[in-house]
Amino acid sequence: MPEPILEIDALEVSYGPIRALRGCSLAVAAGETVVVVGANGAGKTTLLRAISNVLPHAAGEVRFAGQPTRGQRADQLARAGLLQVPEGRGIIARLSVAENLQLAWAMRPGNSTFAQACLPVFERFPRLQERLNQRAGSMSGGEQQMLALARAIICPPRVLLVDEPSLGLSPVMVSEVFSVLRAFRAAGVTILLVEQNVRQALGIADRAYVLRQGSIVAEGSGSSMLADPAMLRYYLGST
Amino acid sequence: MIQDHLFFAGINILLAWSVYIILLSGSLSFANGAFMAMGAYAAGVLTVKFGLPLIPALALAAIGTGLAGAVLAAPALRTRGVYLIMVTTGITFCVQVLLENLDYVGGVGGLGGMSGATLWHVYGLVALVGAGLWFLSRSHLQRMLDAIREDEQVAAALGINALYLKILCFGAGAALAALAGGLFAHYMAFIRPEHFGVLVSVYVVLYAVFGGVNNLWGPMLGAVALTLLPELIRGLASWRPLVFGTVIVIMLLVRPDGLLPWRSLTLRGRQR
Repeated sequence: MPEPILEIDALEVSYGPIRALRGCSLAVAAGETVVVVGANGAGKTTLLRAISNVLPHAAGEVRFAGQPTRGQRADQLARAGLLQVPEGRGIIARLSVAENLQLAWAMRPGNSTFAQACLPVFERFPRLQERLNQRAGSMSGGEQQMLALARAIICPPRVLLVDEPSLGLSPVMVSEVFSVLRAFRAAGVTILLVEQNVRQALGIADRAYVLRQGSIVAEGSGSSMLADPAMLRYYLGST
Repeated sequence: MIQDHLFFAGINILLAWSVYIILLSGSLSFANGAFMAMGAYAAGVLTVKFGLPLIPALALAAIGTGLAGAVLAAPALRTRGVYLIMVTTGITFCVQVLLENLDYVGGVGGLGGMSGATLWHVYGLVALVGAGLWFLSRSHLQRMLDAIREDEQVAAALGINALYLKILCFGAGAALAALAGGLFAHYMAFIRPEHFGVLVSVYVVLYAVFGGVNNLWGPMLGAVALTLLPELIRGLASWRPLVFGTVIVIMLLVRPDGLLPWRSLTLRGRQR
């Protein structure tokens, strides 16, 4: 495995007396798509929030591009290229679609105009162009998730963290979301995805980890995990 | 008499906007009565004891109070929701008691000798601040504040430093409340700590919420309506506060988003 761009080393996070992460370690190499699967409450969202420094870590270390992230604010990490698409759409519902895209455009490193930056977005998501002046919160859940993912096109991240993008979506929209992630992967974007939808998620994974009660309990390639339903059933209850 | 009403309506517009500015970043402040007091006393001391002209005194008072507001905001903004309301209410109590015990500014007896504030000053400032808020509502900064107000985690993911912008808004709101306080002091000629009790902080929040906090016209309308309403029902004598309170309760039941609930004129214009 080449030099990892994101390393998580014995990470621990607590909510008061409750230990949500108990010494989690994993690594993501540049260009790789890594998936963390786990049941409800396993600590998946906590893991992503701790990586992006939205939550403080009690112990352990996160290294992004070789540098420990301790002491950096979440917005600094985001501008450095550690882009998070939070659970539950990750958009600003009261703003229009265009304003949401503008917020992402404002933090891009280059100096393209807004119209230029939007071209590849509209190519990928024509629906967003149609709804440019509509309130983002009035779109369907799937369209909102597309808008959240469009940020990664406007402002290409060094690592894209995606939290449960299929949550609450119709099966058709779930496939749509995963085809977008597959396209990102093909374009060489480094992705760390946490998902409950195990089958779909493992289908796009180069490597996968199983998170259970705050600890990593299994690791392997996406395809080998998919081929071992007994193991998945054991760790996740059912698939 | 008419001039008094116009003057206080103008002061209350400025105060309602000072709450609105802080609310833009999602924080509800019950400390603006305290910031008004700090501005009133600071400007009063500067003109009466140091002989400064009115405008420089107001500017210095606003800068000082704005900085004090930002310094207080840094720890206060670690709390949210009801807890932030309690912290900011506490600030109002503290400032009032502090002023009552500061002999230099007259203690409970108050500070006198200020003069020179006119309607022109107040409405000039209303026009200036209104124009500033209008430009803000069309700016990228307002979009960032909208993001913070809705979801700080998403805002952080968009590279927005939420704490910095919240402190900035708190300082700006404090400075505006101080300007209103300074003008108030130089119109009243005599001020006492009891003019700036916790009720003032509650009232100015009420102006903003009554009018609606989704655009800059709401707080303005709310301030004017709630300043003039008690005068319109003057004939009811001692029943006035009851009617006043009832109107507010009914209004917030019927139109919980205030008199002018739409988000902003600018977005409405662009939404076609």
